[in-house]
Amino acid sequence: MTQFLNQIINSLNVGSIYALIALGYTMVYGIVRLINFAHGEILMIGAFVGYFLATTFSMSLIPLLLLSMLACALIGMAIDRIAYKPLRTAPRISALITALGMSMFLSNLFKYIFGASDKIMPPVKLIGNIDLPNITFLTMTITVICMIALEYTVKKTKAGQAMRAVSEDRDAAQLMGINVDRTISLTFAIGSALGAVGGVLYALNYGNLEPYMGVMPGLKAFVAAVLGGIGIIPGAMVGGFLIGAIETFVKGYISSSWANVFVFGVLIIVLLVKPTGLFGKNVKEKV
Amino acid sequence: MKSLFKKYGVNVIAVVISYFILFFVMKMNLINSYFEGVMIFAMINIIVAIGLNIATGFLGELALGHAGFMAVGAYSAALFVRAVELPDSIALISGIFIGGLIAGVFGLIIGIPALRLRGDYLAIVTLGFGEMIRYTIINLRTLTGGASGLRGIPKITTLMDVFVVLIIVTAFSFLFIRSRHGRAIIAIRENEIAAESIGVPTTFYKVYAFFVSSFIAGIGGACFGMYQQYLTPDKFKFMFSVELFIIVVFGGMGSITGTIVAGIFLATLAEFLYSYEELRLLIYAVLLILLMIFKSDGILGRSEFSLVKTPTRIRALIIKLKKRFGKGVA
Repeated sequence: MTQFLNQIINSLNVGSIYALIALGYTMVYGIVRLINFAHGEILMIGAFVGYFLATTFSMSLIPLLLLSMLACALIGMAIDRIAYKPLRTAPRISALITALGMSMFLSNLFKYIFGASDKIMPPVKLIGNIDLPNITFLTMTITVICMIALEYTVKKTKAGQAMRAVSEDRDAAQLMGINVDRTISLTFAIGSALGAVGGVLYALNYGNLEPYMGVMPGLKAFVAAVLGGIGIIPGAMVGGFLIGAIETFVKGYISSSWANVFVFGVLIIVLLVKPTGLFGKNVKEKV
Repeated sequence: MKSLFKKYGVNVIAVVISYFILFFVMKMNLINSYFEGVMIFAMINIIVAIGLNIATGFLGELALGHAGFMAVGAYSAALFVRAVELPDSIALISGIFIGGLIAGVFGLIIGIPALRLRGDYLAIVTLGFGEMIRYTIINLRTLTGGASGLRGIPKITTLMDVFVVLIIVTAFSFLFIRSRHGRAIIAIRENEIAAESIGVPTTFYKVYAFFVSSFIAGIGGACFGMYQQYLTPDKFKFMFSVELFIIVVFGGMGSITGTIVAGIFLATLAEFLYSYEELRLLIYAVLLILLMIFKSDGILGRSEFSLVKTPTRIRALIIKLKKRFGKGVA
């Protein structure tokens, strides 16, 4: 029984990180219909920024998290500006390839600069001199705070309203006087900031970081986004927790080496049974 | 008769000549074994990339898991030739066939659910699938040797063999793409709804093209498995799928000769950057992004290099240049 409870707590821990990353994928997909492959690298950058702030300035967690979010938000916006914006009207396949190239570029740039070896995340304080609480508790609290903030931003603020409008119909939104480019930039910023939170939490949970660390969690979070229904924000949250649960339980009860096979297997089953994801609605095709 | 010669004869003669050049170069030991290995890997990459081009360039579906199909082909061929005692030539042919077929079956298994969907789903599913294959290989320790690799595979493939396979695959792909089936596949790329409305069974042809694509990837994998005396799942990571994909994109999605040109170009580049592995991938990435922004159709776009048409094309180019600059000179 205790093992089962432990597994549940573990799965919530892993799941909340996946959910945070999945939110970035889903928001960007919802607004520009692009699988942002570089999002996994945003996670990596977030973790690296956190690492450097912790080692060189021995910063405590909260300012570290905020600065890392800020840095990633700027990088996310820059990526959109440099690589994706020139391709808004190009065929989707070109944009996807660019995203793939961006992902390769960022991970190999970091590998080139910092080397491929693992870096150990130093212990950090919560704020001032207060020790870090239990890591699972911390991860989940931060995730819940982020999700509430996101939900509030998207549902209640004017910028959130603009985001929803653009994702529904870009042209109509533009006609209503919404600045589409700025809204897309904002979406990238928010998604990347959430990715940075995910990255820092990931580094705190697993203790080490390296330039390719974003690839696997990125892929899994992407599976989570598809599972929940890509483009749907609550879907990404639920999907993240589900993927976390599947991974933890397969690791705990079957075998740790099969966990990844199961996660991708789930993706294929979902696409077979309900291709639009758990929360997705069927969209009629117009010719 | 003359037109038939013009169509095929020129190419056949060119292929035979290049075969003999390669043959004599090999016989005279002008190529050392290191360089031979480089050439074999380049050709294998080109074979797999041609397979990938059928799915991505001609069918228009992004597939990011061809390293997985290649792994299936490599492992099944390697396990086969390890298990049976056959003369080399028969083992090679049957190994290639088995590798291709099993990879093709996997392609069917993955293609049937994924290709019913539209949009980016195939990219995701193939990506996930490629990783699944790799983890399964790592986990099936008794069969595949797990993460430490499969050892004791006889070395059967030679440079000449790979060259012949490459020629056959290229010729087959050309014929396939220009057949009725190929036209149906291209029609799906151009406009799926329109193709469906004029009676092209789109799902069937998508699955068909994907089968052919993974079959060819399996053939490439089989050549690889029977050349490398040991196989590790590490080779077939997601990044390798991306590298294969980059060959296709560079050469032009929808151009088989473009794939060959890009394969040679990137292999040469890789040789120059041999000691700077990170830099190589960094340069690939930058090239990829720049290519997408400024010339998204790659080196050759959708056109093919043709020996028959080259003289006329060059003449046309000269005339065009004369028209533009000739007046000033004269």
